[in-house]
Amino acid sequence: MGRYILLRHREIPELHRLDVYLRHGGYEAWRKALTSMTPDQVIEEVKASGLRGRGGAGFPTGVKWSFVPKNVFPKYVVVNADESEPGTFKDREIMEGNPHQLIEGALLAAYAIQAERVYVYIRGEYRSVARRLEAAIAEAYAAGLIGRNVLGTNYSVEMFVHLGAGAYICGEETALLESLEGKIGHPRVRPPFPATFGLYGQPTVVNNVETLANVPPIILNGASWYRTMGTEKSPGPKIFCLSGRVRRPGNYEAELGKITFRDLIFGEEYGQGLLGEERTVKAILPAGASAPMLPASALDTPLDYESVQAAGSMLGSASIIVLDDTVDIVWAAYKMVRFFQHESCGKCTPCREGTYWLRRVYERLVAGRGRPKDPELLESIARQMAGKTLCPLGDFATSPVLSSLKHFRKEYEAYIPQPLEAPVAAPAGTVETVPGR
Amino acid sequence: MTGTVRVIINDRPIEVPAGTLVVDAAKRLGVDIPVFCYHPKLEPAGMCRMCLVEIGMIKMDPQTRQPMRDEEGRPVIQWMPRLQTACTTRVAEGMVVRTNTLQVQEAQRAILEFLLTSHPLDCPICDKGGECPLQNLTMRYGPGESRFDYADKMHQEKRVPLGDLILLDRERCILCGRCIRFQEEIADDPVLGFSDRGRGMEIITFSDPPFASYFSGNTTDICPVGALTTTDFRFRARPWEMTPIPSICPHCPVGCNITLDVRPSARKGGWDILRVMPRQHEAVNEIWICDKGRFVHHFATAEDRLRQPLIRRNGELTPVSWEDVLEVVAEALSRAGPQAAGLVGDRLPNEDLYLFRRLFGEALGSSWISMDPPIFGGEWVARYGVGTGTDFGQMRPGSLIVVMAGDLEEEAPVWFLRVRGAVRRGARLIVAGGKPQKAERYADLILRYRFGTEALVLVGALQVLLDENRVAPEVLPRLDGLEALRKALEGYPLDFIGQRTGVPVEQIRAFARAIAEAGEVVLIFGREGVVDGEAFVGMAANVLALTGHVGRPNNGLLPLWPHANTQGALDFIGARPLPEEVPVLYVVGADPVGDGRPMPRAGFLIVQDLFLTETARMADVVLPAQSWAERDGTFTSAERRVQRFYKAIPAVGEARGDWEIFIAIALRLGQRWRYLSPEAVMDEIARTDPRYAGMDYGALAWTQPQWPPVGTSRDLYFGGTARPNTAGLGRVRPSEAETPEARWPLAWKAPEIPSEESILAIPTRRLYQEGTLIARTPHLRGRTVPWAARMHPETARRLGLEAGQMAVVRVNGQTLRLPALVDPSVPSQVILLPASLTARAGVVEALPVKFRVEVGNGALPR
Repeated sequence: MGRYILLRHREIPELHRLDVYLRHGGYEAWRKALTSMTPDQVIEEVKASGLRGRGGAGFPTGVKWSFVPKNVFPKYVVVNADESEPGTFKDREIMEGNPHQLIEGALLAAYAIQAERVYVYIRGEYRSVARRLEAAIAEAYAAGLIGRNVLGTNYSVEMFVHLGAGAYICGEETALLESLEGKIGHPRVRPPFPATFGLYGQPTVVNNVETLANVPPIILNGASWYRTMGTEKSPGPKIFCLSGRVRRPGNYEAELGKITFRDLIFGEEYGQGLLGEERTVKAILPAGASAPMLPASALDTPLDYESVQAAGSMLGSASIIVLDDTVDIVWAAYKMVRFFQHESCGKCTPCREGTYWLRRVYERLVAGRGRPKDPELLESIARQMAGKTLCPLGDFATSPVLSSLKHFRKEYEAYIPQPLEAPVAAPAGTVETVPGR
Repeated sequence: MTGTVRVIINDRPIEVPAGTLVVDAAKRLGVDIPVFCYHPKLEPAGMCRMCLVEIGMIKMDPQTRQPMRDEEGRPVIQWMPRLQTACTTRVAEGMVVRTNTLQVQEAQRAILEFLLTSHPLDCPICDKGGECPLQNLTMRYGPGESRFDYADKMHQEKRVPLGDLILLDRERCILCGRCIRFQEEIADDPVLGFSDRGRGMEIITFSDPPFASYFSGNTTDICPVGALTTTDFRFRARPWEMTPIPSICPHCPVGCNITLDVRPSARKGGWDILRVMPRQHEAVNEIWICDKGRFVHHFATAEDRLRQPLIRRNGELTPVSWEDVLEVVAEALSRAGPQAAGLVGDRLPNEDLYLFRRLFGEALGSSWISMDPPIFGGEWVARYGVGTGTDFGQMRPGSLIVVMAGDLEEEAPVWFLRVRGAVRRGARLIVAGGKPQKAERYADLILRYRFGTEALVLVGALQVLLDENRVAPEVLPRLDGLEALRKALEGYPLDFIGQRTGVPVEQIRAFARAIAEAGEVVLIFGREGVVDGEAFVGMAANVLALTGHVGRPNNGLLPLWPHANTQGALDFIGARPLPEEVPVLYVVGADPVGDGRPMPRAGFLIVQDLFLTETARMADVVLPAQSWAERDGTFTSAERRVQRFYKAIPAVGEARGDWEIFIAIALRLGQRWRYLSPEAVMDEIARTDPRYAGMDYGALAWTQPQWPPVGTSRDLYFGGTARPNTAGLGRVRPSEAETPEARWPLAWKAPEIPSEESILAIPTRRLYQEGTLIARTPHLRGRTVPWAARMHPETARRLGLEAGQMAVVRVNGQTLRLPALVDPSVPSQVILLPASLTARAGVVEALPVKFRVEVGNGALPR
């Protein structure tokens, strides 16, 4: 076994082709499951492996599958390939380089819950990725790996690719389902959860691309093999998307909990340090724009779900963006708030109105028209939003605000214009003072 | 989810049905949880986040299954980490809810502050100001002031037409989606939606024509802000300037409870009706009305209302005083005596119909009176009409609704809504008709028969019921005429019926079985294309009586009568043929000439109406009558619910109530009538007519609390939705079958069936058919259905007609000329004609007749 479990194409050229994939053990897990395992055994194996969802929430995958009712049909598997979190580009590499491993994982999920259809929902901008994936699916169909009576069994399954239209919110699983149904991408109120009320109101499993790419090796090699990697609570390999002010950004596969932020940023086989010897890390965004930023003091935190949470943030999709000492934190927070304001779906009040309000306050801050109470106001608006929104996006939007205020409040204060000198008493009505001009 | 569960809300326990939403459970306790997007008639959306509350569960000891208790003996509560939306959370046993803690209050303030950041705060010019949930809830729960910079407000379009009737103010809209959900869930015209996202999100309509729905006005009621307004009412008055007068919609037999909001008006030189709002009656219209009911009120205050009596002098109708005209009328009538004839429309209130009958019967000794239009089936409705207590809102699995020979949405829009609601709750629906209709979307079974064979379809159903021994055993002893019926049916083998009706025999079987097996059956019948009305309604009555579906709530016949008081006209006047020639004819509230119906030739013609109708133009004397808005009265709905309406505006000009005119004539004819008001007339009816026993105005004003409690004075969040009903829920006059000892007779009449080759002219009722009343509401001009003869292209070809040409249609000896319209959705072999042609309050009801049709080219007659 090579160094990679997920990014195997880095070692095996042309792995996206079915013949190459088959030569390297491809669809062995699929064959094994179909011919020698019951659906429940597949679920049990995945449960036992401790695999946790790689989309960001980290929910145990096998447990999710086991929530699907047994006797309600039809059922669906939906692959969440709407990779939209800023700084996240791992699913894209899997789909381009190792698409059959995703397809195989999705098929295994479908078999496990006895779904009859798999839909892959890909973000609209990934048009070329979708073509690559469609080609791979066509190859698998032609080889009898998908379709009616797969591999001569009485199990039939279909797989379709659907391109989204470019909304970040459609990465949220219920908004994704709405969009897939042809409706506007608004998240649904939960409960009910997709496991019981998903696509077209039917039981549905929604899994991230990377999550499903973990499934074939688990089925082939067993849960105990899988548990030899990572930590007790966060087993297995993980792709870390590294970007920002680093020398060598990119995807890095490593076992969960075995490396730290420092290893990832500075390690020779990883990021190889910052852009410039004299630069220092100012802040780390562990999960794109969505999770609270961490100061440099968190550099030695191991990269697994529990440790990052203990440090005050979330590992999420593990899209680590590094901000060095040249980065203006207020500007960075503003950029992220603007992103969330642009992507807020508008369905619920606190997110729709809150992100707009936050953005207006940041706009005046960065334009040099900030007011002394603006940091307090930002904090108050963010706290008014947090915990009250219909889906997590509204909470995400408060992360850059609250975490930057927590760790870098001084930078905000620098944005508040100070009077140049003590005000001179002037006759009433003769002088108009405009703060910040 | 069955049974009840116990929950604790603000330390007060309550037991509610399982599945109740927390917000409703709180409401039952009198605890207000503020909401915007939630509406008790709509599915919860959880969007506005106004209803956030603390929710927890009592912790149970797994061993003892008793609540765990702290040191002080109080149950330990496991609170959820976040606030929860009360509008989406359903109660569960042991749930604890807190709606008034600091945390909840902070959330309420936060949501309101957020909402107001995008709201224009133009309350001083907003139609909703004064009855606005956003205003009310801000006053009660909101922050005193906003920290949002006014200069940061986004400005958006303030006058976006969503069709001819509804305007959208994008700035005021808080994107709660109530209007979208109403259109999807209640009206099933899903023509509204959200477009774009975030702060750019907006309500759009995507139908052509825009906002195509008969129910669009309801969205302005349930809009919790002033975002949706009607083109009719916008900027015309503030809510507190108007006096709300309880009334009953005068347009169709549903009898929707409404409120007329009136105000003195300089423009009208008197009082004006500014808007019509629904008034809550959960067993009639819930909180909805159709757009016709909402917008077609302008006729009452129209410029061209008759304002003075007219008399023909030198060939011209000339104004004359009431004193003089009444002398002339009384003189003419007394001269004719028992030879005098009367024709009266079915929009007149009960009191007036009663006095009209007395005038002819007692003062003149004449029995020559008839209602116009003549209606069939009245005696069967009196016997087997739906039982007292019938309510579509109570129909559930086990209930069956049959719609036959009528278009539910076009003829009784609010019944359409309610039938759809019943189907959503699990009732079944069967639709039988000659052409498609919207209600078929929800039907389990659709019987598409050849127009004219509807009675035969029912004969088929009877055949199946008897063949399969499906007569309800418990009703056998009450039935009269079963053997005769059995014998008569022998001449109608099922195969023959299937072949003549065009309905597969299996479908007829399924139809009959569904009726036999259902727990409750309401059969709604119309007159569309009915050739043999007597046989049709008789067979429908047989089907229900045989299966025991009469004489109880949610069972029986429900007629799609044409007008608001057709039932009253049947009760007090009835339909009978008049002589072809009479010395004096008194036509009240009817326009047979304009409607193309035969009318006796009269030596002297008296017409009493709101407008100078075609009939009135021929009259010797014209008497100006009052509209329903100008006087008190009662209508009897098709469910036989007698309901009061109240005087809303003073008389227009010198117009008098029909009842007053009848009294004045009767006094001149020597009668000693002493009625001072319609109420006195109704008192007498309630004393003397056993069918209306006890239905005096006091009894009809009876009310009781209704659920959901919308629009009540202490309600903060459904303001403007609908008015509470404080003026009376009316009384239902029971059907004869409800009497315990009543016999249940069965009918037999061999149905007349048109030959298969004949082309039938089908009078078709459309909600917005061109007519006297609707023409006076300019807002609906773009939606009215023009007068035309609609037919399939194949039929047109056979008749040698081209689209747009004038067709001359002779039906039963009458000649109608109207443009031909080619429409592939019309079945072949039929021509659809408007059931009302011109008309005022009388309207046309072309008869259920054997139409012989001749079509040719011709010129417009007028």
